[in-house]
Amino acid sequence: MSTAWKEYQPGDFYDEMISTPGNARQPAKKLFSYINSLSDEEIASRKAAAELAIKEMGISFTVYTEEGNIDRAWPFDILPRVITKKQWDKTAAGLKQRLQALNLFIDDLYNDQKIIKDGIIPEYVLKQSSNYRKECEGMSPAFGVWAHVCGTDLVRDKDGEFYVLEDNLRVPSGVSYMLENRSIMKRVLPEVFEKVQIAPVGDYSERLFEMLASLSPRKIKKPVVAVLTPGIYNSAYFEHAFLAQKMGAELVEGSDLVVEDDDCVYMKTIAGLERVDVIYRRIDDLFLDPEVFREDSTLGVSGLMRAWRAGNIALANAPGAGVADDKVVYAYVPQVIKYYLDQDPLIPNVETYLCYDDKQRDYVLANLDQLVVKPANESGGYGMLIGPHSTKKERDTFTDLIKANPRNYIAQPTLSLSTAPTFIGKDNTPEPRHLDLRPFVLQGKGSYVTTGGLTRVAMRKGSLVVNSSQGGGSKDTWIVDTEPKRSRATRKKAVKGAANGESA
Amino acid sequence: MLSSVAERIYWSARYLERVASTARLIDIYQVLLFDLPKTVKLSWYNLVIINDLEEDFNERYTNRTERNVVKFLLGDTTNPSSLINSLNAVRENVRTTRDVVPEEAWELICELSMYTQDNLEHGINRKSRRDFLEQVTKGCLQINGLLFDSMPHDAAWEFFRIGQNIERADMTSRYLEAGLTAILELEEDDVVNSQQIIWGSVLRSLNATQYYLRATRSPVKGQEVVPYLLRDQNFPKSVGYCIWALMHSCAKLPGSEGVLRKLKPIEKKLSAEIDYEDLGESLLEYLNQLQIMLTSSHFIVSDAWFLQR
Repeated sequence: MSTAWKEYQPGDFYDEMISTPGNARQPAKKLFSYINSLSDEEIASRKAAAELAIKEMGISFTVYTEEGNIDRAWPFDILPRVITKKQWDKTAAGLKQRLQALNLFIDDLYNDQKIIKDGIIPEYVLKQSSNYRKECEGMSPAFGVWAHVCGTDLVRDKDGEFYVLEDNLRVPSGVSYMLENRSIMKRVLPEVFEKVQIAPVGDYSERLFEMLASLSPRKIKKPVVAVLTPGIYNSAYFEHAFLAQKMGAELVEGSDLVVEDDDCVYMKTIAGLERVDVIYRRIDDLFLDPEVFREDSTLGVSGLMRAWRAGNIALANAPGAGVADDKVVYAYVPQVIKYYLDQDPLIPNVETYLCYDDKQRDYVLANLDQLVVKPANESGGYGMLIGPHSTKKERDTFTDLIKANPRNYIAQPTLSLSTAPTFIGKDNTPEPRHLDLRPFVLQGKGSYVTTGGLTRVAMRKGSLVVNSSQGGGSKDTWIVDTEPKRSRATRKKAVKGAANGESA
Repeated sequence: MLSSVAERIYWSARYLERVASTARLIDIYQVLLFDLPKTVKLSWYNLVIINDLEEDFNERYTNRTERNVVKFLLGDTTNPSSLINSLNAVRENVRTTRDVVPEEAWELICELSMYTQDNLEHGINRKSRRDFLEQVTKGCLQINGLLFDSMPHDAAWEFFRIGQNIERADMTSRYLEAGLTAILELEEDDVVNSQQIIWGSVLRSLNATQYYLRATRSPVKGQEVVPYLLRDQNFPKSVGYCIWALMHSCAKLPGSEGVLRKLKPIEKKLSAEIDYEDLGESLLEYLNQLQIMLTSSHFIVSDAWFLQR
């Protein structure tokens, strides 16, 4: 074993690969011994191969800067993160449970609001939610589902258990990178795939397409499904194009679509107008339809809400689904699950303090240096205060912000996010780096969870920020079956005949 | 098929063709200058003229040296038609049509862009130029081959062909014009020998020499080269073939009657009687008129399929 690995210190966190210095956890044992058998030169050449593959495959994301938008190569670490199948199965069940409850919740909010009348959730949560859309009241989309695609952020604490950090129910992105990470790994470490039983991830796009097609208001054999993108300047454009390609769907921008007097949505084709049945929209609510929401939106389609309300087009996710994607609502999810499903949550929440509540706010303000404060409706890791790393001035700013708008802030204890070895620097020294996990959950008639998800890594030492726009990287995520296999009858291989009658 | 996607496919093809022809043109020109007698005053600047880029060039450079011209044509990001910009345009257009272009094409284009970016200096230096241009040419051939082999020959394919053929017809007519102009500028003493060299490189820059010889059974001379490149029915870069292929592709698309009607005059122009024995000003004028018609074919296609309301 190289000295670098002997010196690797998991530290005071749960390390996903190394249990004690020099020893790998059970599901990562084979991977660990293989990596250890590689020389420094080989590691460097695998890493270079991965970087080249990323450039050749054109895997990129867009960063907004003052100089304009830059297309950056996807940052990737070649050491995968390994999770046992047993633990994953339990987590997957918890994710399905959570999304089912959230969908019942959203449907209730836009209809009877029983959960409020029954006093489970205080009315202010809804009244002051910036993602509640009055325009959606009274609607009930197919299967009662509003959030069809959900990206749930999970973290592992010191105890090795998964916790839900947040639910992304608007336009969650990252799944294409999950799929591409796997293709890169197959190029880079093919030998390990032969030795270890790694569950495949490739069926996501088919399942997504099936789910989307099942939402079609026209009951026809081949509904027209389109992915609606804000265009090439969006940071997730790569993903929009990728998913359209993998599903065989149309990739459209707002200007490609039109709503006619019959309240149906059409796309402009070389043969005239063609009706669209399902739109997987990757545009935020407020930009969807200038007739209803922001008038200045050039990304959306005039009349889209009209068509949706008339039941002539399915939108995934449905407008207004983001009402449950709110960190105050998050705090109530355990009660939401109990209320609608009469079950206990299979995956726990992270303890959360609501600044709207006087008592909890006092606690938060007194302990700002210990807590992480988050705005209720931001995504992408922006607008946060990470207490232990903050300055006095930053804490003062947040004290003012919280007092001015308590509904908009929540606080959580600083988590001891798990780590995994990551190759750092020119010498590729394995060092622990914090990570999270974003699995993707689909719900239509049934539910589906990706096998694993997108593992994001905070590449800076000690950092907890995993967002790619802020210096985060990623790893492939392996769900590995460690249970002993029942023996299978050996299949006889057909003997390949000599070609064209030639004798060997 | 979405109108916007059709348009991007069309431009991908045009730019890809432009990359290939720019690479080839620079390569051939180098050889041409070696072969011509030193008394013939042919300069690298002609390449700028052929591509109608005088204004852009003169805004940025004062000296019309080989290095400046090659740099301008290959790597100048402010020249909209430079090889590097054309390649970026291919990449951008394919990036936005990934749902209809084969997956591997995207990867090949990324590879070619990377190669070009990383090796641009080799292309500008005379010593390593040939090798660089050869790699670029091979990259383009690879992409074209992949598309031909794996793309279903449906509407998307026809738009690719339309772009390719309009660009090719345009290029071929420009090369003919350039050849003719060069010959008209020759001094009396150089005429005989240099004519052959110039027409020879026009053929070579279109990869046409071998098939020209087979088809015409004639040595290289203007009276044969011009009609071959204008009218030959089988050679894929002759203007006549490109127009035939263009109309053939259009005919397969929805609502093409109007388009075909508007393209007819180009066909007619090509079959007009021309006196090839007299390679002079009147032929130059003819080529000029033809080029204007070829330019209009873009608008005919665009009006019919790209601009839906």
